[in-house]
Amino acid sequence: MIRTPDAPATASAPEGSRTRGPSGPGRLAAAAAHERRENRRRWLPLWPAFLFLVVLTQLPFVVTLVISVLDWNILRPDAFGFAWVDNFVAVFTDARMLPAVLNTIVLTAGVVIVSLVIGTAVALLLDRPFPGRGVARTLMIAPFMVMPMAAALIWKHAILDPNFGMLQRNADWLASLTGAAPQSIDLLNAAPMTALIASLVWTWAPFMMLIVLAGLQGQPDDVLEAARVDGANEWRIFVHMTLPHLRSYLSLAAVLGTLYVVQTFDAVFAITQGGPGTATTNLPFEIYQTMFRKFDYGQTAAASVVVIAGALVIANLFVRVLTRLGKERGA
Amino acid sequence: MTRTRAGAIRIFLAWAACALFAAPLLFVVQASLRSEADAVSGELLAPFTLDQWRLLLDSDATKYLLNSAIASGCSVVLVIALAFPAAYALAVRPVRGAEQLRMFILSTKFLPMVAAILPIFLLVSTAGALDQLWVLVLLYTSMNLPIAIWILCSFLLEVPAEIVEAAQLDGAGLRRILLQVIAPVALPGISATALICVIFSWNEFLFALNLTATSASTAPVFLVGFITNQGLFLARLSAAVLLVSLPVLALGLVAQGKLVRGLSLGAVK
Amino acid sequence: MSTPTWRRAAATAAALAVAVPLASCAAAGDAASDRISVLMVGNPQMTDLQELTEQHFTAETGLAVDFTVLPENELRDRVAQDLAAGVSKYDVISINSSETPYYADLGWLQDLTAYTEQDPAFDVDDVLPSMLTTYSASDGGIHGIPFYGESSFVMYRTDLFEAAGITMPEHPTWDQIAEYAAALDSGDTAGICLRGQPAAGQMFAPLGTIVNTFGGTWFTEDWEPQVDSPEFTEAVQFYVDLVRDSGETGAAQAGFTECLNLFGQGKAAMWYDATAGAGLVENPETSTVAGKVGYAYAPTKLTDYSGWIAGWGWGVPKNSAKADAAWEFISWASSAGYEELVGSEIGWSNVPDGKRESTYSNADYLAHAGAYAPIVLDSIKSIDPRDPGVQPRPTIGTIFVAIPEFSLLATRTAEQINAILAGQADSVADALAVGQELAIPIGQEYAGE
Repeated sequence: MIRTPDAPATASAPEGSRTRGPSGPGRLAAAAAHERRENRRRWLPLWPAFLFLVVLTQLPFVVTLVISVLDWNILRPDAFGFAWVDNFVAVFTDARMLPAVLNTIVLTAGVVIVSLVIGTAVALLLDRPFPGRGVARTLMIAPFMVMPMAAALIWKHAILDPNFGMLQRNADWLASLTGAAPQSIDLLNAAPMTALIASLVWTWAPFMMLIVLAGLQGQPDDVLEAARVDGANEWRIFVHMTLPHLRSYLSLAAVLGTLYVVQTFDAVFAITQGGPGTATTNLPFEIYQTMFRKFDYGQTAAASVVVIAGALVIANLFVRVLTRLGKERGA
Repeated sequence: MTRTRAGAIRIFLAWAACALFAAPLLFVVQASLRSEADAVSGELLAPFTLDQWRLLLDSDATKYLLNSAIASGCSVVLVIALAFPAAYALAVRPVRGAEQLRMFILSTKFLPMVAAILPIFLLVSTAGALDQLWVLVLLYTSMNLPIAIWILCSFLLEVPAEIVEAAQLDGAGLRRILLQVIAPVALPGISATALICVIFSWNEFLFALNLTATSASTAPVFLVGFITNQGLFLARLSAAVLLVSLPVLALGLVAQGKLVRGLSLGAVK
Repeated sequence: MSTPTWRRAAATAAALAVAVPLASCAAAGDAASDRISVLMVGNPQMTDLQELTEQHFTAETGLAVDFTVLPENELRDRVAQDLAAGVSKYDVISINSSETPYYADLGWLQDLTAYTEQDPAFDVDDVLPSMLTTYSASDGGIHGIPFYGESSFVMYRTDLFEAAGITMPEHPTWDQIAEYAAALDSGDTAGICLRGQPAAGQMFAPLGTIVNTFGGTWFTEDWEPQVDSPEFTEAVQFYVDLVRDSGETGAAQAGFTECLNLFGQGKAAMWYDATAGAGLVENPETSTVAGKVGYAYAPTKLTDYSGWIAGWGWGVPKNSAKADAAWEFISWASSAGYEELVGSEIGWSNVPDGKRESTYSNADYLAHAGAYAPIVLDSIKSIDPRDPGVQPRPTIGTIFVAIPEFSLLATRTAEQINAILAGQADSVADALAVGQELAIPIGQEYAGE
């Protein structure tokens, strides 16, 4: 079954009700004071983690905010000074920003959707027992365990390379079998975004498969069997029973996938360096470039502030979805 | 019979899909056992050789792997030490506004890592702490803490309220409740959390690249440095790719069951 | 298992899990004073150095060396950031000749001139002058020591040329090269391999020399941007046409490595690139065309020579407190003696050449590199990094303008041309208009100084 940590309402109820004694102004105040004390006590185990997180995420953010109003390019130490809003103006008027945002959306949506479809299909295939299922499942999820930088290098050099890559070699081999003229499939040039998405799907489809498979195996067998006995065909069972059952698992997989894929950096850095042109430059890589190739710290910080603001809006939305998913199942 | 034929097709498709996904890895495995020229020529009947692996073992790879192990290991310990009590305060004996807090904690996970590099580099270099493993430990801890808290919350919600209450009636303090009452019950949750945190720390590249030098560099940095940018390097690359991925691959495949629950932040059992 | 036993086991396991990593955390100590840290770019010459150091340097001097190796992209990003903040953890870093002049002017590197004069073992007079020029600050102080240097030239397959009945002149023109490339281009063999990767140090290495010899330049002496000039446009158009008509498959992703692999595996008839490529294509272990390669000077149009002057060298970060030890290492690594060592221990094709006159009179070296060595030496000696084209230039540099902004300017311009090579855009004029736009504010800034 699926669940997210539910609202604490149920767990806290007994503790809270115990403090509510008979009514009366003095008692109410005492009860409120007691409740405050109790809450403080409950905070004790939370403080270390909370402080740690606040310091390590908010301190860098404050530093970023400060830098974002500075005129600071490390290659021009003489020009150091205040820029106030100039960096933000530069970010919003930078013609590279919009394509980077669009690329981020295309990349994330592409990877998540394709991975979901493939992941679900494979999960359906692996749902029923067959000889060697364990081995097949292990083979399937292995790519997810490969270090992202390693996966990126495998794709760049062993698969997508237009001359020695697996893709081209298999195409040549197929062509030699059928006697067709050998075709050059130079995916990194012809369809760089597709190539990048494919490399990431290799990592993320297994992840989606794992979650969907867990969902499928939580589906009560007797109900399906009853439907089959009633003569429903497999497709109808899938559409009317399995899919609704999977809905929350699919949303969960999509939300979590987005959380990770939107941050993709290693693959862009290693496989395309954002090219050809800026065809695969996503936001993380654009920020990286502003920092390491343009050395403009002020503008890097301003872009970071903008991206963080955007990320928080999306985060809010997604965390709500996650929480709602938990409640739906709990109800 | 159509039924069995459909079954056979299913099995065939299942195997085909899994083989397709495993193909790049299998290719890399065989390429790591070839000479450079044979790895590139794609000649499957070419002789095998352990040259690339010997080269790897002769290099200083162990230093990097050890650094990765220390960084991931220390940070996992720290993460659990922080997240376990925190999850208790968010799930078992929840503080007021626990749900909002949990949402805040998870939302920090959405902050783009790239945006953090600049301030963190400046802070760390000002503190004179570049090339120190403990910096990576702290960063990996903060990177994994939100996820760890979220996963552990979902596990701790399953701890029956009665055993906590019983322990409280016995006069058990917070530490005893955490370590002796809840920890044993939540051990599967803790190990799932630890597994996920190790995977993410082990694989992290950006911070490792920018905050370390000769003494604290980790496995991903070794990987990018190990491929020379001239000449043939497919076999060399393949061996290096496998070596740095192997610990996590082994860990993940052995603990497949834990993986699902951990990766879904505890949401899927 | 009974519950208490189980609990004890769990507790022990937990305790171990905490103790072991924490203990190792504490154990990770700091580096000692008789050690230096070296950051190197991941080229084979550097890997050789790494192998030879312990036995031949540390054993002699007692100075231990810790190496970090990074690919070029990662290295450049890291180095600039560390040097600017003055927090480099390294005592010696690989620096490219194209960056050293402004790294030096920004005060990021230590001035090594005194060391070169006081260390007789280093023999500074043997170092080729144009190589030292590329590592100098604008005040003339030497801030980098070349490790290996290179020019560019044409490598071509003698067997294919013979079969086609074409004779390569010693000093070819670009028109001839285009003609030969078209004639030799066939299904599985490209006429010529050229770099297309959109980076200043990739596409604009060969293309930069073409711009020079076609009469173009990025800036005039007075910092007037010339990116959309007719000469620049003609050069880029020529490059694009050549790559499209007779270039390799996947040219848009091709850099030095990709071209080396293609040419080395017999998939290209010509390769115009770094002279450092010659040693690699003549290595029978990784190249299938060894012994079948001829060499000719960098092709020209309006100039007499057109190769680039480039290479990797060593710098010492300003904040390093171990400059003496760093120099000891550099002096050894860039010495003629080290070249001998590589020749005898690893092979003469691996020698970090192109920086010393004496290399080219070494009989052992010439026995291996005789086919191309004279052209390399003559190219390096004949090309003046201060005057590589038809007009005076504002800074030192054959294929680069020695200002920090150049890398980004050239990369952004290269991205536009790259899109044309990838078939996603068509107009060279439009591509260069983008470059010109980017060059205008840069020119204004420097003209004002």
